[in-house]
Amino acid sequence: MFHRESGVFKTSYAADMALYPLPIARWAVAVFAGLFIAVAPLTFGEYYLSLLNLCLVAIVGALGLNILLGYTGQISIGQGAFMSVGAYTAANLIVRLGLPFWITIPAGGLMAALIGTVVGIPSLRIKGIYLAIATLAAQLIIEWTINHVHWISGGVQASIEIPRPSFFGMPLASEAQIYVFLMFFVVLAIIATLNLVRSRIGRAFIAIRDQDIAAEIIGIDIFRYKLYAFAISSFYAGVAGVLESYYLGIANYEQFQLDVSIDYLAMVIIGGLGSVLGSIFGAVFVTLLPIVTRWALESGGGLFLTESNLADIIPHLRLVIFGGLIIFFLIVEPDGLARLWRNIRNYFRLWPFSY
Amino acid sequence: MMRISTTALALTVGAATSLGLAVTAAAQEKKIVIGVTCDRTGPTQIVGTVLCPAEHDYFDYVNANHLLDGYTIDHQEIETGYKVPPAVEAYQRQKQEGAIIMPIYGTPQTHALNERLEQDKIVGTTPGFGIAASADGQKYPYLFPIAASYFSQGAAAVQFVKDQLGGSLKGKKIAFIYYDNPAGTEPIPVLKDLADAEGFELRTFAVPPPGVELNAQVLDITQRYKADFVISHLFGRSPSVSIKEFKANGYPLSKVVGLVWASGEADIMAAGGWGVAQGYNTMQFAGAGDDYPIRQEIKAMYQKEGKQPPAGMENTVYYNRGLLNAAIEVKALSNALELTHGAQPTGTDVKKGMEEIHDFTLGGLVPPLEITPTDHEGGGWVRIFQVKGNGLVPVTDWFNAYRDTVWQQVKAAEKTQ
Repeated sequence: MFHRESGVFKTSYAADMALYPLPIARWAVAVFAGLFIAVAPLTFGEYYLSLLNLCLVAIVGALGLNILLGYTGQISIGQGAFMSVGAYTAANLIVRLGLPFWITIPAGGLMAALIGTVVGIPSLRIKGIYLAIATLAAQLIIEWTINHVHWISGGVQASIEIPRPSFFGMPLASEAQIYVFLMFFVVLAIIATLNLVRSRIGRAFIAIRDQDIAAEIIGIDIFRYKLYAFAISSFYAGVAGVLESYYLGIANYEQFQLDVSIDYLAMVIIGGLGSVLGSIFGAVFVTLLPIVTRWALESGGGLFLTESNLADIIPHLRLVIFGGLIIFFLIVEPDGLARLWRNIRNYFRLWPFSY
Repeated sequence: MMRISTTALALTVGAATSLGLAVTAAAQEKKIVIGVTCDRTGPTQIVGTVLCPAEHDYFDYVNANHLLDGYTIDHQEIETGYKVPPAVEAYQRQKQEGAIIMPIYGTPQTHALNERLEQDKIVGTTPGFGIAASADGQKYPYLFPIAASYFSQGAAAVQFVKDQLGGSLKGKKIAFIYYDNPAGTEPIPVLKDLADAEGFELRTFAVPPPGVELNAQVLDITQRYKADFVISHLFGRSPSVSIKEFKANGYPLSKVVGLVWASGEADIMAAGGWGVAQGYNTMQFAGAGDDYPIRQEIKAMYQKEGKQPPAGMENTVYYNRGLLNAAIEVKALSNALELTHGAQPTGTDVKKGMEEIHDFTLGGLVPPLEITPTDHEGGGWVRIFQVKGNGLVPVTDWFNAYRDTVWQQVKAAEKTQ
């Protein structure tokens, strides 16, 4: 938030390593966390909570892709497929063995990590756009497999209905309960990512992104760390897939197709590559923008158009506005919404006495 | 400072007045909310841009003629682009606005909303798509396919082929060409069962998405397999491509029957027009063509307002399906109002009203449905229309077939889900 750093004297390594070195920043984060964790589920209506729930699922997926694309610099358009691996793994465990969520969620993540590692193997030899095509192949192969192997997909419909997660025997059915459930994993994912990127592994990722040959020369095992990146990123994707399935009550093959991968790519690029906050901004932006533009058009459009025209025009106009806003934000700040936010913050840091 | 506060004051007063007005208006007017979702920009826009306006037209027609016992229908539409998360958002929004019945759009959306519909007691209709097993009203209480499922369509196609090939299928070769996704593969178990029962040979030919290149499959069917009849279960652009390819290979189109989503005028136009598609058999769950009184009345409604009828009306197949969906929902609502003696119905009332639909044909546009608490499909009725001259001509009456086999598969599908 807006605060100044004067009078900060770090006297220990722990103080230097702290995520938020200033007490005021810690308080600000705590207030925001309190608002979203405790106040929102109690005060927001069911509809607004359902919007937030969609955002929460997207945040986990976007964080995962950002580790791979933003921090390690490896392009992947297989995010949707990795999500489906997690979703179907969990769905099978739930339906066949009746396992609870605290087993199925890590299991879905681990299975996705395993498949993601295999998909990541070509990344040693191929880079950039070529790697993108290799992950595209993975997306298509996984889609095909789920569609055709009925042992995985549970029949010709390729969809497995799963019951609501239950917490000590209490099924989490209402939007508010699901919100708290999802929020727990989102907080976990955010904290894990923040700590990952300042660890040895995270620094290796960044070194590989910035210049892979230099990274290799200073002794980073590139192959191993690229595979780590794929595994960790796919783990997040798998968890996001399980969470989405729990939220929707079903694992369905058409939930995780190529357009979903593209949406996630859009989230991390718009939000800001290599930024945890950016992943959150991007996920929220891409999820809510179509909805917010529809609200705006619905309330404002009636002035100019008849109702039947409006029904036909809103969806198309929404796509135009959505595309236009993405281009606008990328031109204003190519480093994404996270950088835009930092610029605003920096401006106000010395306000009104900026030099 | 002064100016800001006056503006703020004006805004507050304005907002308060409009809110008050809205409240009183709602109190005076008896209103039923129907939550329409649609895909007008996504992969199935070819259907959605015709089908959804038809639903709105029918609801407008009901409102204009006061056909619903003093209630008006509020039919707000939310567009989803055939994506699942926006469909969930749309559902929550419409639920918040008090919707008690929803025409759902799309199979994956049906899967995602099924559990919520049951939990919130809101009726959803999924004519011609969705979950085939939801024909069983015991297992899926709030989901109503109301039209022939893919199981029923496959069975009816076999019946049609049997009649066309002289009453016996023994030793005949039938090719099933299908779009390679869950909806495309769904009829296969029914076809396999019937192949055993009727003694015909069945071979399946998958068309991988996006299904615009069918040369290899069609060559295989016409030259190597030499099928006696072809059942075509394709979506999107692929039906038109298949018609062109069969024509180019000299295969008589009168020996091809397309299931319901390979059967629109748009497909025939994209294949090169009526001339190219002569003889092609299309399966319909709502009557095709213009000869239905309700279509004339909707046109009259537009003319009375001094407007042209919408261009989508000429696409009679999809337009009439929209009319069927809307008409059955309105019929269910009026049944529900009878049950409640005019009091505001709930979703449960609408479900009961839906389960009492019979003898409702809308001038021949709707098949003789018999929706009961156990059979939400209403019997799985279809009718075959053939391309003749510049239009679709019915070649059969409404019929359904092999109900035992279909219900066996419904029960089997329930187990795996």
